[in-house]
Amino acid sequence: MSAHITSPAFKDNAKAALADPNLRKAMAIIAGPMAGRRVESASELPEFEALRDEAVKIKNHTLAHMDIYLERFEAAATARGAHVHWCRTPREARETVLALCRSRNARTVTKGKSMVTEEIGLNAFLEQHSIQPVETDLGEYIIQLAHEPPSHIIGPALHKTREQVAELFEEHHPDYAPNGIKPGPRSTEPQTLVSEARAVLRERYFQADVGITGANFLVAENGATMIVTNEGNGDLTQSLPKMHIVVTSIEKVIPTLEDVSTILRVLARSATGQEMSVYTTVSCGPKRPDDADGPEEMHIVLLDNGRSEMLGGELQELMRCIRCGACMNNCPVYQSVGGHAYGWVYPGPIGAALDPHLIGLEAAQHLPNASTFCGKCQEVCPMRIPLPKIMRHWREQAHDKRITPPMQRWGIEAWAWLAQRPALYRLATRIGMTALRAVAGSKGRLRSLPLADGWTAQRDFPAPQPGGSFMAQWKSGRRR
Amino acid sequence: MSNSRERIFNSLRRGLGRGPEDAKAQAAVNARLSAMARNLVPQRAQLPHPQQVKLFIEKITALTVTVQRVASTAAVPDAVADYLVLHNLPTEIRMAPHDELRALPWQKRPLLQLSEGPGRATDLVSLTPAFAGIAETGTLMLHSGPQNPTTLHFTPDNHIVVLRASQISGSMEDAFAKLRAQVGGADHWPRTVNMVTGPSRTADIEGVPVLGAHGPRRLHVVLIEDVPQDAAQAQQP
Amino acid sequence: MLTPPQEAPHNPRVGLFVTCLVDLFRPSVGFASVKLLEEAGCRLEVPDAQVCCGQPAYNSGDRKDTAAIARQVIEAFDGYDYVVAPSGSCAGMLRDHYPALFAGDPEMKARAEAFAARVWELTSFLVDVLKLETIQATLPAKATYHDSCSGLRELGVKRQPRQLLAGVNGLELIESPAAETCCGFGGTFCVKYGEVSADIAGRKTQAIKETGADLLLAGDMGCLMNMAGKLQREGAAVTVRHVAEVLAGMTDQPGIGEPNWGGSEPR
Repeated sequence: MSAHITSPAFKDNAKAALADPNLRKAMAIIAGPMAGRRVESASELPEFEALRDEAVKIKNHTLAHMDIYLERFEAAATARGAHVHWCRTPREARETVLALCRSRNARTVTKGKSMVTEEIGLNAFLEQHSIQPVETDLGEYIIQLAHEPPSHIIGPALHKTREQVAELFEEHHPDYAPNGIKPGPRSTEPQTLVSEARAVLRERYFQADVGITGANFLVAENGATMIVTNEGNGDLTQSLPKMHIVVTSIEKVIPTLEDVSTILRVLARSATGQEMSVYTTVSCGPKRPDDADGPEEMHIVLLDNGRSEMLGGELQELMRCIRCGACMNNCPVYQSVGGHAYGWVYPGPIGAALDPHLIGLEAAQHLPNASTFCGKCQEVCPMRIPLPKIMRHWREQAHDKRITPPMQRWGIEAWAWLAQRPALYRLATRIGMTALRAVAGSKGRLRSLPLADGWTAQRDFPAPQPGGSFMAQWKSGRRR
Repeated sequence: MSNSRERIFNSLRRGLGRGPEDAKAQAAVNARLSAMARNLVPQRAQLPHPQQVKLFIEKITALTVTVQRVASTAAVPDAVADYLVLHNLPTEIRMAPHDELRALPWQKRPLLQLSEGPGRATDLVSLTPAFAGIAETGTLMLHSGPQNPTTLHFTPDNHIVVLRASQISGSMEDAFAKLRAQVGGADHWPRTVNMVTGPSRTADIEGVPVLGAHGPRRLHVVLIEDVPQDAAQAQQP
Repeated sequence: MLTPPQEAPHNPRVGLFVTCLVDLFRPSVGFASVKLLEEAGCRLEVPDAQVCCGQPAYNSGDRKDTAAIARQVIEAFDGYDYVVAPSGSCAGMLRDHYPALFAGDPEMKARAEAFAARVWELTSFLVDVLKLETIQATLPAKATYHDSCSGLRELGVKRQPRQLLAGVNGLELIESPAAETCCGFGGTFCVKYGEVSADIAGRKTQAIKETGADLLLAGDMGCLMNMAGKLQREGAAVTVRHVAEVLAGMTDQPGIGEPNWGGSEPR
């Protein structure tokens, strides 16, 4: 029982998304201003491209020594008084977190943003065991109220309009009083909505028995976990309750703070176009005896969930991912269908490359196929992950394992068979093209085409030029 | 779970094609962790100190952080009081129990009500020291300790930070190196190091940037110009 | 991105890789390529055994068939100084992807690598290898240029077509902010995920229309047919052509997908 999977219904999901006017608005923001800010901030730092190369080198080195760095991290974190829990599966991770919460008789846990907790389906699990998780990142909070999964890894509620957010607050906040006046006209100003969420969540931070955050980095040098946020919710989540649980995955390990510094320079710029996110926090164990504040216990739950198997194979480079979201902001398919259409935790190009490994190719087979291979994701990825190459790897797996729908496979195989027999190919295509020309007549194009409705539903199909194929004309002596 | 640990490491080593005691790999890790070598550091983070100060001020100002430059520690209480008046804030301040802040001449502004301790839900204004300023990005580095409750960096609406110009460095790497040197190595690393770059913000609703999501809506720096002006000028290229 | 040879042979022997879409749908692009290459001093030939670069199979995960097609192409173009294609997508396939298809066959891999080193996209070949600085052509039009993804990102084709178009008398080039954005074609993607593809195409045509251009140019037939089909369904008055036709001064044929009232035989 991990997060709910609707990836097999990608086509239906996409269709619904394309018909949703609110989503169209939201996607225009992602494709416009969000993607634009990355370009701007990258162009303001002359060393940006060189820093990307450095970041790639750091991660490649770390991955090549991942076992040793994880051991060093564990030793250092333990020496600082943190407890490290190794979990192979989402189930182990959920049960570890539950046991920790129970050790504190926890009723409420606050949560900073963590994609790994989405991956393991933690919220639903805690609720089943009568523990109330409260998401504190504004976007996560909004979608928790709406009972929806995130649609974007750094902007989980970007698919919601301000009107929809105002409606959710009205429904869920008994004392919701826009502008402090009750009863007031509903304000849909983002500033007002943010203040409302701030006020409501403020109490929750202080009531919570346990605070759960993710981690952007695990620093081998000193055993620290690091989070990078803008709102400050992660810091309130981890510093006020008696217990801080970090739920993250093993590929976040990084050697030194110098190495972290380099990656930070490309992370925020790629994610939001900032030079630095507002809060970058290095956390090293629980409260020290003399400390004025901080959690009494710190636990680090490290999830594998198949990542260790990615080492040394086609997928290894995916572990360079720093979850910035640039690939989705810039993906033409994501910009059309949004994150929910992908049907699982990680959407967009990174999801198309990663999800087949995490939820199985059968369930995720649409994802690596639903790409134009335009290469924009690889162009913008700060860690230069060859995402199209990995998507192609999955297409090859699907073909070899006969997961690809039979009609599609036969079609391609028949075409390839023909393409290897030029004379026969020319005969077959001559018949086909003659038919297309005949149907199009002098109009030069077709408005519908059997078997190619996907094209002609919303586009005309240009007919072949008159006079036969190039090869036929060339052979008959035409030269210009 | 120890079984899980073993299985994860076995799986990692299968992928890497080697055992746990590979001498070459261990040596590579030891070398990197002990060298703590810097990777490429942008030019802009390697300016002479006076320009670092200038860049720091430019950067934090662009982030909507306000700065008041004062000539000496003696002027800090006035600067703090002026800030409260400017923003029409009450005179109650939650202050870090820090020696340097305690030593300030607060008697000059008897109306200020100072209390010490960690952050509370109701605090409107906090006052803390900082460990460093990072010019490259306009970032403040603050850390936890007996005299430094980190909740003060997050709970109040207004966070006032007292920083000396001499604490400003060029890059994150400079600031980390300074902290390592001060605490005496990774083994004595503070529980928490906060790097704060501007006031709390979110763009989670329609991508519109809004300040004051959960942390402070306003961030104010009182900058003590403890580097002599003429020395600073002498260093100008 | 590409390193042109230090000294290009004087009258190089060039094999034209026609591409299947040019062959079947738009022979005029093939003849325009012939004209451009011959006028630039190439001894041009069109090997008979060529069919397609294999992308439909390659992008569908059928590696085995792709390798068989690649072998056929490599053999068909044996002995030419250069292989030139009026398509960034096909040239990218031949150049960037063929060698990887023969990972387990060192001999064939070496052949594929030697072959790949001789492959060029048309405009890049004219500018980067033949050092053509300008061309003689006239076409009064306000044009905008679409950088097709493979040409742009795999081969670094960006400046070359623009440099040549600057020499076309009467042609004004208006840059679209979305010039580098995918048009949504994506090979079999455009039919398998037709609705998504059409939506991407719609954003693209919107950006094209916003430039005010009356002529859309690109170097790839797949993208061009997709954008032409979308523009025409929307009733937009934008003519769509392959850049080679304009550079060769061969614009007597109607644009892509336009009516051909004047009979069926090309001149």
